[in-house]
Parts: sequence; C-alpha cells; structure tokens
Amino acid sequence: MSGHSPPPLITVRNLCLTGRRATGPETTIVSNVSFDVAEGEMLALIGESGSGKTSIALALTGYARTGCRIAQGELRVAGHDVRTMGASELRSFRGKTIAYIAQNAGAAFNPALPLMEQVIEPALTHHILPRKEAVDHAIALFEMMALPTPHTIGARYPHECSGGQLQRIMAAMALITEPEVVIFDEPTTALDVTTQIEVLEAFRVAMRQCGFTGVYVTHDLAIVAQMADRAVVLKNGSVQEEGPTGQILNKPTQSYTRQLVAASQPHLRNHDALPPATPLLDVQNLMVGYGAIMPNGHPRHTIVNSVSLPVRAGETLGIIGESGCGKSTLIRAIAGIQPWSGGNMFFAGEPLPPRIEDRTPQQRQHLQLVAQNADLVLNPALSVGATLRRVLTFYNEDASDAALNRVLDMVRLPAAVAGRYPTQLSGGQKQRVNLARALAARPRLVLCDEITAALDTVVAAAILDLMMELKRELGVSWLFVTHDLHALRSVCDHVAVLYAGHCVEFSTASALNAPPRHPYTRKLESSVPEMHPGWLDGVIRQNGLKPGRVAPIPAHGCCYMPRCPVAVADCAQTPPPTWQAPSGALINCHLQAPDLS
Amino acid sequence: MMLAFPLPRYLTPFLQAPALLALLWLLLALAGPWVAPYLPGEVVSTTVFAPISARHWLGTDYLGRDVLTRLLYGTSSTVLLCAASTVMACGAGAFLGMMAALKRGMTDTLLSRFMDGVISIPSLLSGLVAVATFGSSVPVLVLAMACIYLPGSYRTCRMLALSIVQKDFILAARMRGEKTSYLVVREILPNMAGPVLTDVGLRFIYAVRLLSNLSFLGVGLQPPQTDLGSLTRENLLGLVYGAPAVIAPALAIAFLTVGLNLALDGKGRHQ
Repeated sequence: MSGHSPPPLITVRNLCLTGRRATGPETTIVSNVSFDVAEGEMLALIGESGSGKTSIALALTGYARTGCRIAQGELRVAGHDVRTMGASELRSFRGKTIAYIAQNAGAAFNPALPLMEQVIEPALTHHILPRKEAVDHAIALFEMMALPTPHTIGARYPHECSGGQLQRIMAAMALITEPEVVIFDEPTTALDVTTQIEVLEAFRVAMRQCGFTGVYVTHDLAIVAQMADRAVVLKNGSVQEEGPTGQILNKPTQSYTRQLVAASQPHLRNHDALPPATPLLDVQNLMVGYGAIMPNGHPRHTIVNSVSLPVRAGETLGIIGESGCGKSTLIRAIAGIQPWSGGNMFFAGEPLPPRIEDRTPQQRQHLQLVAQNADLVLNPALSVGATLRRVLTFYNEDASDAALNRVLDMVRLPAAVAGRYPTQLSGGQKQRVNLARALAARPRLVLCDEITAALDTVVAAAILDLMMELKRELGVSWLFVTHDLHALRSVCDHVAVLYAGHCVEFSTASALNAPPRHPYTRKLESSVPEMHPGWLDGVIRQNGLKPGRVAPIPAHGCCYMPRCPVAVADCAQTPPPTWQAPSGALINCHLQAPDLS
Repeated sequence: MMLAFPLPRYLTPFLQAPALLALLWLLLALAGPWVAPYLPGEVVSTTVFAPISARHWLGTDYLGRDVLTRLLYGTSSTVLLCAASTVMACGAGAFLGMMAALKRGMTDTLLSRFMDGVISIPSLLSGLVAVATFGSSVPVLVLAMACIYLPGSYRTCRMLALSIVQKDFILAARMRGEKTSYLVVREILPNMAGPVLTDVGLRFIYAVRLLSNLSFLGVGLQPPQTDLGSLTRENLLGLVYGAPAVIAPALAIAFLTVGLNLALDGKGRHQ
C-alpha cells in the first residue's frame, strides 16, 4: 500500500497446480491462488485435507508431487523465480534459501543413522559450514529448541527419541543452513496436546532468534492463533479469505471460514439427563499387560493397571489420556481381542469371557467395536452394500434393500453409496460406513477408538453430532476413547482420565470443569489450545515447560508423581487413595480437595 | 450365495494382454489336433528335413513327418500338461498359504519349514528323480511339476495373506464370529486376486520350461506322445541343414514363455 514498505519476501501470483491419475484426465488441484508474505512474517495456510494447502507449500520449494505439475502462475521466493530454475539451482535453493519441516518426523528420519549425521547433512552437502562448525551450530540449535542433553542427543538414533523431540530435531535440521524461509507442514498434528505445547514454544523461540520467514500449514485454528501473523483460508484449491489472524478468527467474512471457526469452538452436544445407574458394562479391576508372567501372577509390563469402569445403559463414557496411556489396550480388552491377566467384566449382568471366541453370539452382537482407521476397517474388495448386508444376514436381520437403506440413512448417507467401493469414498464417508457397520448389528454398546482423530474439524463435528442423535434415537451406549478434550466434553456423560494405565479420575463430564481436579486432569485441560493469541504464553507462564528428563514411575507410589507439580513425599511411597469429591468425581490422589482446586 | 467378484476393479487390467495371450494359446492347444492337416505319426514325405513348402507349411522332420501337424500336437500337450500342473500347484499353494496365514503358530511353522525344504531342491533335479522313481507318464509328470511349484506359490500366497490378515476388516469379521471359509473366500481372496493371478502366469512359464527341459533330456513325454521339448530334441540334427523342423518348436517355446512373461510384466508396470 505504501511505497516505503519493503517488497514481500514471498510472492505467489495466480498459482495453478494440476495433477492426473495414471491414465485419467488432468484435474485442477489449486487454482488462481495469490498471496504475499513479508520478511519475518508467519503466514498460515488453513484448510481441510484436500484443500491443496500442502501442494501450495511444496510448490514454494519448486516441487510438485508425482503426477502433479505447476501449470501456471508466478512464484517468487527471496528474489528467486522458482519456476525458471533448473534442477541444480533448485537443489541449492532448497537447502540454502528454503527449508521444509514435515508432519511426521518419526518417518522422515533415516533409522540407520545417528541424528547428528542427519542434522548436519544439509550444511555439509551445500558446503556452508565445515563439519566441526556444523556440529557446534547443531548443538546450539538443540539448546535453543530446549532439547534434553543437547550435547549428546545427536549421538542417538531416531527410535531413541520421542515424537516431540524428533519434531524439534527436524526443525534444527531445517535451520542449520540458516534459510530465509521455513515451511512448517502440520508439524504438531501427530503429537499429544501436552507435547504440542513444548514443540510450539520451541518453534516460536527459533523464529524470534533466527528471524526467518515462515509458512505454517495446518487445519487447527487454535494453533494458527498462537503462531501466525496472517492467514489464508483455502477450500478445494482456491482462496476463501485472507487477512490478519485476529480478523480471520474473530470476524470472518466468508461463510466457509465462519463454518470452520464454529466447528473449532467447543459446544455441548449432549443435553440428556443421566440415565439410571444400572451398569450395562461393568469393568472391575482390569489388568492388561505383556511379557513373562511374574510370581505375583501379573505380566512383567502392565499397560492397564487395575481399572474399574461402569458404563450405564444409554450413556456415553469417555476415556481420555495421552498416547501410550493404555486407552486403546483397554478398549481392545473389552472388545475381546486383547487377553487380560486380572479382573472381571460383566455385560448386561452376565460375565464377559476374555476371548472373543468364548463369548456368546448375543454378546458379540451387542458389543461392537468401531476402530480408528476407516481405511483399514473396510474391505477394499467389497462394496459398501455388500459389507453392510453381510452384517445383517450374519445376525439374521432383514437384509433387504429397504433395510440396507435404513442402515445407511441412520448414518445420513444416501442409498447410492451402497454400490460404491471404499476407495471411492471420502474420509468422513468411510467413517460413517464404519459406524453403520457396527450399528447394523443393533448393538447395545459401541466401542469407539479415536474415531474422529483422523478427520478434519468440520467432518469430525458432524460425526460427533451423529453419535448424539443415534444415542437419542436408538438408546445406544457409547464408550468413546479420545485424546481430544473438546470432543470428550461435548458428547460424554461420564469421563475417565487415564494416565500410565491408571484411572486417575472418574467423574461426570460437567464435574470435569470444576475443581477439585486431579493434577493431571488440570494439566490436560490447560494444554488444549484455545483460539485467542495469548494462550500459549499464558500456559507456559503457568506450568513451565516439562523438564527434559522425567524420573521413572515409582514402584509403589503414584504413577503421576514424576510429572506432578504438587507432589508430596508420600507420593513416592504409597499408592494414592481414591476419594470422592463433593462434585461426585472419584479422584486418585494423596492430596485432598482444598489442595487441588 | 452371491459370489460376485468385483470383476471390473480387479480383472479389467488383467483381461487385456496376458489373459488374451493365454486364451489364444489355450485355444490353439484345444483346437490344434482337430485342425492338423495330417496324423502326427504319419510319414508323409520321402524327404527328411524338407524346407517350407505349400504342402508342408513348416517342412518335414527327421522321419519325413509333417512338422506343422506335430507342432500342433506338441503345443497341445505342453500347454495342457503345464496348465494342469499349474492349476494344481497354485490351487493347493493358495489354500495352504492362506491357512498358514490365518492359523499362524505351529501350523504355519511346520508348513513353511517343509515348503522351504522342498524349494531348496533344484526343480530339474527333483523332476529327474520323480521320473526315475515312478517312470515317465503323463500323471507322474503333472503331479511332479505340481509338487515342484507348490512351495513357490505357497510362499507368495502366504506373504500376501499375512499382510491382509492383519488388516482391521479381518479382525472385524472374526469378532463377528465368521467361519474360516468365509474369511478366505470373501475377505482375503478378492484382495490378493491380482498378484496371485500374476503368480499363476509365472508358474505356468516355469512349468513350460521344466517340461521342455525334461523332454529335451529324453525323460519327459515318451513317443508316440510329443511335446515342444521332445520335438526340438528329435530334430536336433536338422540344425545343420537349417531345417524349420528344429527352429519351429524352439520358437514356439520362446513365444509361449517370453510372450506371456512380457505381457505379465507390462501388466505389472501398468498397475
């Protein structure tokens, strides 16, 4: 606008990307996208999967995925015209001027090389630094990223680091050549909320100290609020809206952006009163583990430790916890595909045998599992109709076309979907078919393992709405496993918080918001990103960052002790008692209500 | 029972070159003896190793018999014998492979180690041993070739089935309480049909090669029966005269194996 401002570092004008399947016609992926990024600015590219945000980010590096090409438009990055560069120019441009941080750092590292070799590789191949200086520079970057033991972590192999650490090491690798532009492609999507905070903070520190220009690709609006100065909203390959982050999040002008913002806002979907207290499924002191059986009769490694959960008829019970806390193992044990070593389960008053083979046909029919990944759950060789019809005929239900359409209608899918194959469906449609398959059996309890984790915000919101409608219409009970606290709060009647295989808190969903709360619940709560820009600073001021090295869990004490900010001496010695708070919550902690509010 | 395989999705690419070629050879094998101009054992000319002529399209052989006639009969026995042994080998291999993948544990270990043992013996050697022990006859040859190619097919199918068995849709079917036969026919087989059919094609080529080798060594099909390998061998003397009697069957073997191989390869690249 004013003639005095410096020219933008990145200029994209009328960018069009096209792609084609093996023999099909060329289709447009991205059409007519234009934006600028000023020097030192962070621009967010927001959109659902398939909106072309990653394709645009890759195009900035002059790269198009197999079968795709940059059809037309202008791409200028830090004075280079990306489209006119040859192969060798591009190679040097990619290392020195622009760097890319991928979504899944665990898969991006070579497992056979120590991390330091891989981190300094860009500096060595582009002859920017001699080896020794590159190593020193890498260590300085590790320090900046707040990695534990920055001097020796480079000697480790990728499998010896956690996902959050790898993501930060990958950022160090991107920054070692001191590039002018860094592209972040959903770098925290695969991480837990508690880990996400540390990684986001590391990125912000790096940005402040190194002063690069960034492009941040994400679907999470709360992260955009923390990281980006400006945002571009994309849908189906074209720009919907562009503007400063605050304006996009608070005063969106386009209907699509409003929809996106609304889907990210937590809202209560479950308005029903709690049903009577007869448990449909009663899990008592469940122990699950693996490894050799120890003298005390339990396996060497316990994954689920003495968990008791009652699920009442017609309610939704949520199980929340970070990855590795045993929530999937617990649900697999209930489903009968994971043997357990101690405890009992009762379903509708009858004991539930551990092995699925030993269960009665009624128990198998009334207890259905909906797995996380709809891509793996649907047989690619069977049409949707054939898959659903098999369930109906197997349980001697009416398998006519009308019955099939009824099942599809239950999950709000049109009847025409019956003739399609899973590969012809979108992610949300597949998850609906996945649900329909479980519902076709007329179950009394449906076990849902992270069913919304792989879906976009808008699609996930629709699935949650559907769950609640079905609960009202059919009286189905749900056991809902998730790591998303917003989703949990909006659909659940009761909530169990799992940490390291222990149920640390069991309460009603409404009591989860009010003190007293278990310290871990509080930590989880504060880790969920919120859509106002100051959130990350606030959390870090309040909680501090997690210490680099966490002490092992004490053999007899509380499982949360090593990470607990309010631990007392007793915590390392004796297992914590479970007591009931005035709100009805069962809390597993040595501290009492006044200390935990 | 509806057994509608998703034909359009799995067989369309397959129905192109390789299947057409295989169909052509099968047709030739079945119709060959009917369209042959002479009888296979009939001496029709006084000239041996005669060149190509209007009366004898591919000349005559070392006894003055019509080469085209003998080639048609030879093709017929080679293709049908090898097809029979391939079907047996791959049928049993696929069945055992899927069983091993589904049952795992002891069944899998015992079967796999046994198959590894069989596969370690060179195919020509085990073919020779079989013929030396039981004599050379059509059933012995077919069964021997079936046994020789069973382990290879078993391993391919077991590997394919293993990766499918671990998918969640098999778990879902098992949790429903489905029988093994349903799992095999409806859930596993359709998902491995493409690679398995390619494997069947390859095994067939191996079988043609083995039978031709055995016959060339004189232990395969015995006169008066004839196949492509024995035709090449009995007319070997014609090589010095450049007679079509030896070149024609050799070319037929090449067309059959290399052609089918190229077609299958092209299909693999296409997918």
